Amino acid sequence: MDPSFLAVQALSGLSSASSLFITACGLTIVFGVTRIVNFAHGSLYMIGAYTAATLVPRLLELSFGPVSFWAGILASAVIVGLIGIIIEVLLLRRIYGAPELFQLLATFGVVLVVQDLVVLVFGPEDILGPRAPGLRAPVDILGRRFPSYELVLIAAGPVVLGLVWLLLRRTRFGMLVRAATQDRDMVASLGVNQAMLFTGTLFLGAFLAGLGGALQIPRVSANTGMDLSIIAEAFVVTVVGGMGSVPGAFLAALVIGQLQAFGILIFPKSTLVVVFLLMAVVLAVRPYGFFGRAEVVGATHTVGIASHKPLPGRVYILLAVVAVLACFPLVADAYLLKVATEILIFALFAFSLQLLIGVGGLVSFGHAAFFGLGAYGSALAVKWSGASMEAALPLGLAFAALGAGLIGAFVVRLSGIYLAMMTLAAAQIIYAVAFQWVDVTGGDNGIVGVWPATWASGPVAYYLLTAALTLAAVLLLKRIIDAPFGYALRAARDSEARAEAIGLTIRLHRWLAFILSGAAAGLAGGLYAFSRGSVDPSLLGISTSVDALTMLLLGGIQTVTGPLVGAAALHFLRDVVMPLTAHWRLVLGLIIIAMVLIFPRGLAGTVQHWREERA
Amino acid sequence: MTLLAVKDLQKTFGGVVAARGVSFDVARGEMLALIGPNGAGKSTVFNMVGGQLRADHGQVVLDGQDITHAAPQKRFRRGVGRTFQVAQTFLSMNAVENVQMALISCRRRSHGLWTPARERYREKAVELLAQVGMAEAADIPCSALAYGDVKRVELAIALAGEPKLLLMDEPTAGMAPRERAELMDLTASIAASRDIGVLFTEHDMDVVFGHADRVLVLLRGQVIAAGTPDEIRRDAQVRRAYLGDEHALERPKGPDPA
Repeated sequence: MDPSFLAVQALSGLSSASSLFITACGLTIVFGVTRIVNFAHGSLYMIGAYTAATLVPRLLELSFGPVSFWAGILASAVIVGLIGIIIEVLLLRRIYGAPELFQLLATFGVVLVVQDLVVLVFGPEDILGPRAPGLRAPVDILGRRFPSYELVLIAAGPVVLGLVWLLLRRTRFGMLVRAATQDRDMVASLGVNQAMLFTGTLFLGAFLAGLGGALQIPRVSANTGMDLSIIAEAFVVTVVGGMGSVPGAFLAALVIGQLQAFGILIFPKSTLVVVFLLMAVVLAVRPYGFFGRAEVVGATHTVGIASHKPLPGRVYILLAVVAVLACFPLVADAYLLKVATEILIFALFAFSLQLLIGVGGLVSFGHAAFFGLGAYGSALAVKWSGASMEAALPLGLAFAALGAGLIGAFVVRLSGIYLAMMTLAAAQIIYAVAFQWVDVTGGDNGIVGVWPATWASGPVAYYLLTAALTLAAVLLLKRIIDAPFGYALRAARDSEARAEAIGLTIRLHRWLAFILSGAAAGLAGGLYAFSRGSVDPSLLGISTSVDALTMLLLGGIQTVTGPLVGAAALHFLRDVVMPLTAHWRLVLGLIIIAMVLIFPRGLAGTVQHWREERA
Repeated sequence: MTLLAVKDLQKTFGGVVAARGVSFDVARGEMLALIGPNGAGKSTVFNMVGGQLRADHGQVVLDGQDITHAAPQKRFRRGVGRTFQVAQTFLSMNAVENVQMALISCRRRSHGLWTPARERYREKAVELLAQVGMAEAADIPCSALAYGDVKRVELAIALAGEPKLLLMDEPTAGMAPRERAELMDLTASIAASRDIGVLFTEHDMDVVFGHADRVLVLLRGQVIAAGTPDEIRRDAQVRRAYLGDEHALERPKGPDPA
């Protein structure tokens, strides 16, 4: 191959590695000190880009020159740092002791809020930033033109690494950050002002995110999709490098930058897949990344279902539920039936996640993978082999169970935040495949023409079919939760050491839980595909996973009925609130944050708690 | 008759030798205490017998079967029950469900998907709880029990596997003095009636000299003395090991709480 081409490719790999490192470095420092995986880090990056793209042109109007440009970039980063302080004081400070699932969800709430706020403040258009004065002309690299700004970016990564290293090694603040990364409790008991340390850390983290974003403006225009695309990559970098390790993040960013630059030559359509595969391989060999350490899992990390006395008269309650479900078509019109069908499908989806999170304590952050695999499995069966609905639904279920078995085999070795990140990565791999393998999956457009069999095609018939299958699956899962298998999962969640000492094979149980949960989610996905007549990659996206988590949170993670209540509540909110406001994400984000802060038991959990208090 | 034979166990962490040439036996029905100052290697030896640590060298033989490299799960099946320094129970379950879970696992029914777990082996579980004096607390969640009671439940869990050997890591840590003696009396009577060998580490010398049949003293990873409590109390080397607290091994003045 042409050496000049290889050189240019390697250089562009280096420059994207630099940008990635600057952003991920902030994420990993914040995690090291606060133990919070800040989903909103990508939002801070996006704010940095928007701020710089707005601010820098004004400064250049005042006085044109490199000084104005770089001053504008730095000022934008400082502004983002201040926003980081606001987030720390208002939100993060209140959730340091919360289970990690709540932390992830709360910071995802911030992501949603920021998405709408950015549109409100900066407008819906993408903003193209100015090019850097003095760096407009390309340079010649072995006879090829290469943008000189990229060379500056290549240098920026090591410069930031050096400055961060100096800060961490040579200042009192840096010493405290390193100490807290190693042992937070010890630092606390030494009388260090924790509030100041954490706020300072958040400023530093947000500053770096803002800087990473601001530096992008001459290359890409600021847009509303930046937050989620960068956060996925930044997660990979921090996880591969080892959570909390700055040199690890640097090394990982270098590897990933080169992998993207050259991966594009080998698999032109699958750069995303290559990156996430790297993460899968690294975590399989080193469960804590390059330089990470084993997480000390505290008691606060286990929230979930506890034993309860069986409800008196539960048979009658069940009969009443069946009667209400069966009679609903008598009073409902086609629209209501459609809504009810969707609620039932998402109730099953959320319930399948409850088996992993509430029972097994396995915080799966990529449950959309199994929902989407079920949907795509069914749709592909219809499209490519002309299968009927009766055949396609079980095929979708089997497809999802197979995927869950594969993903589960990787992730059951991990724990805590690494498991959450790995499941997220797995879902993103499948998303990327669905998105980029256009020939088979239809790419962004998805697959259309996935219609139910004639006997089930009316709204009433399909509603009844969904109700019957959902009810059967939920009852079966409930039975499994109460059976020895569910208890064994809870045992491993409560105390791994005790579970091993009484002979339980923890990994095997967890792996089987993934398969069962994946199968149930796959059934929900298949039902969803036939209810809409089509599938598209968004079913596999992060927001679908978060929907399931939000339903769990709304309903209550500590209860068996929680996800069912939560699915209904979320849909109700959507149908009532969404038509009233253009800022649905803002509202949903605030609801999620409010739930975590003031109402962590959820709806069903609060009722149950109230009932027990009375008893 | 020898139940547990530990031969020449060795473990190093980096350059630090945590255990070297450690050999000892535990007979059926015998209570063997493993003592030593902090950092002597008690926990290291203990966890190599329990399967939480891999030995670099040496052998652990239980009832004629080599379990040196077996996982904790396998040791449980071979007849090792254990309690932990900080009691490990399933806090989301009732006391009786904790014991039921152990019975379910022992009978290899933990993959059952149909019959509710709370209906399985309940009688047997309540019986085990009764043996440790916790039958009345059967339906109380473990998270609501006092710590001393949690320790008793943990003992019942360990007994559910019908162990030949019981490992107890600092069984009385965090308990009130009266509770300590009661728990150890209970352990001794169960061990005697079921012919279970008990290996325990302990810092409380009252517990050690009041309940152990034999005592093994570790210092810097090596066994420096082994014998009956009286022999150990008179051993000059052991006294030196506990230097700075010369009276640590003497009988306390006043009435013996045990």
